[in-house]
Amino acid sequence: MVETVARTSITDEAAAFRELYIKAYRWMVLARVLDEKFASLYRAGKMHGGVFLGKGQEALSVSIGISLQKSDIFAPLIRDSGGRLAFGEPVLDAVRTYLGSVLGPMRGRDGNVHRGRPREGLLPMISHLGAMIPVVNGTLIARRFKGIKDSVGATCIGEGATSTGAFHEALNQAAIEKLPLVLVVANNQYAYSTPSSRQFVCRSLVEKAAGYGVTGQAVEGTDLTECLQVVGAAVQRARTGGGPQLIVARLLRLCGHGEHDDAQYVDAKLKQSPLGRDCLTVAEEQLRQQGWAQATDLAAWRAAAVEQVEDTVAKVQREPAPDPYQETWHALQTSHLRELHDEL
Amino acid sequence: MSITYLEAIRLAQRRALTEDPRVYIYGQDVGAFGGAFKATKNLAEEFPGRVLDAPISEDAIIGSAVGAAIEGMRPIIEMQFADFSACGFNQVINQAATLHWRTQVPCPIVIRLPSGGTSGSGPFHSQSMETIYAHYPGLVVMTPATVEDAYSMLLEAVAIDDPVIFCEHKYLYYHLKAEKLPTEALPAGKARIARAGRDMTIVTYSAMLHESLAVAEEFASEGTEIEVVDLRTVKPLDTDTVMASVARTGRLLCVGESYPWGGVTAEVIARVACEGFGLLDAPPQRLNAKDTPVPYHPNLWAAHRPTARSIATAARNLLRT
Repeated sequence: MVETVARTSITDEAAAFRELYIKAYRWMVLARVLDEKFASLYRAGKMHGGVFLGKGQEALSVSIGISLQKSDIFAPLIRDSGGRLAFGEPVLDAVRTYLGSVLGPMRGRDGNVHRGRPREGLLPMISHLGAMIPVVNGTLIARRFKGIKDSVGATCIGEGATSTGAFHEALNQAAIEKLPLVLVVANNQYAYSTPSSRQFVCRSLVEKAAGYGVTGQAVEGTDLTECLQVVGAAVQRARTGGGPQLIVARLLRLCGHGEHDDAQYVDAKLKQSPLGRDCLTVAEEQLRQQGWAQATDLAAWRAAAVEQVEDTVAKVQREPAPDPYQETWHALQTSHLRELHDEL
Repeated sequence: MSITYLEAIRLAQRRALTEDPRVYIYGQDVGAFGGAFKATKNLAEEFPGRVLDAPISEDAIIGSAVGAAIEGMRPIIEMQFADFSACGFNQVINQAATLHWRTQVPCPIVIRLPSGGTSGSGPFHSQSMETIYAHYPGLVVMTPATVEDAYSMLLEAVAIDDPVIFCEHKYLYYHLKAEKLPTEALPAGKARIARAGRDMTIVTYSAMLHESLAVAEEFASEGTEIEVVDLRTVKPLDTDTVMASVARTGRLLCVGESYPWGGVTAEVIARVACEGFGLLDAPPQRLNAKDTPVPYHPNLWAAHRPTARSIATAARNLLRT
């Protein structure tokens, strides 16, 4: 009897993981398709600014978004289309912000990856690396004040941002306050063009965790299974009082810094190494090997993603752009403290 | 009973903590120690868990305040010295100042900057940062010059839904006393005629108000009436009150303790020159600190910043023009 129960629960667990894996894979596909659409719009000259892809980082990013609850805090960075979608950001928000639609959450005032809905726990990044970490800390401090106990705050950086003072200050601050912070570092080997050998010399960035007195965990960023397990466990530890969690993923950026960058500086040997595997392909192999999906399923999921992205882009392209004559041109919320420069 | 400028700041924070559960104080040494200047003395004891010592991490201190504000709190941040806010500058100008404009979510934080020179403090504990912060859209910059304003404006700063840079002058902490706390006050953004006059206008703020009032007193005994305008809030700048004063007197001298290049005095003169050129009977003048870091030795320091003596000289020259 006992044996049966145990077997059932293992089977249940396996089924649940299979379901999670498929869900995660589908977010990865949607993110990749969305990113590819942005890239093609960029090449067609339809974008107002830069385009920044998460190619090669989808497994890691999606694992973060999917491990969080709706009521948590998430501050993604530039390569987190996948994490954003899995956390609940609508494709519509992404497309509207990239295309500068006045109906988007940033209303044309900010663009591309600088989007979010702070009231819904999705914080809009600023460009200064490491700068969002203390902001997430602050949201968690506030929730502690408000007596909200089971919230987690997650944020993403690359290995380049670990060189900033903001990273150091904020991780130390989180450790002092024992905050439920999950800080995910995607070591994608290049910060823009600078190789990680010019960024740090410790063997692995995860060694830094000990210095701050927080839990550290390394993860193979190309492997969705490992990402889901490691990130999921870290989120759970943070949620149950384990304090800040530092996760360092090894992977390779499979694109330029932005679409303006051909990334010719990326070492060919790295591309050929296991680090250079495309996490999407790795996940597809896993799905087929496990018998969790057939080629027809994969094709159907991709087609569904393409349709969703194309429909959204078509809709947003018909939406109004911001009108400078309708713009209020005030940066303050408090109306009586606004200066009326037009009258000068 | 007499209340110092510093005590007014402490009492305003105490009242904010009492009346608003969203308020907390975060900064270096602000907890049990009560702050480097004792502006938070006894508050940690009176409000357990709401007055928190911070590590020496200005970026993280201010960044976390923005996050807390997003979640509906109203943090009061103490920078130990205004000078050190340079280490948290990014979070102020790029995070706090842009949040509402980008997202429509307000950022009600107060950053207290113990500002300005005191004798013997040297280059890194004496600076006035109001000009720097006033430059950026999305910030309110207050520079209270009186005990009453220190109290009422700090309370207003906490209530305002925008980030407020609260430049409190260290020289005034102990030098300035009032008999009682105010029960009503001019709102932020309104300048005050600190002394009425008809012969010339001095526009000033913070500690320089008192140097300027001393000059006005001295000139009054010689039969010259100087009108002194206390800006109170440098951003927004109350151009109307300044223009009205210049319309009455025809002569303008702006006095500020910060460095001369750009800045509040330059802004006031630019506005008067652009909008009220015809009101001027003489070229507008300004007096600032010298264009060097703030010196350590009292002899040098006294000559570096404007004083009643140098203001009087500038005023006499202007009256002769």
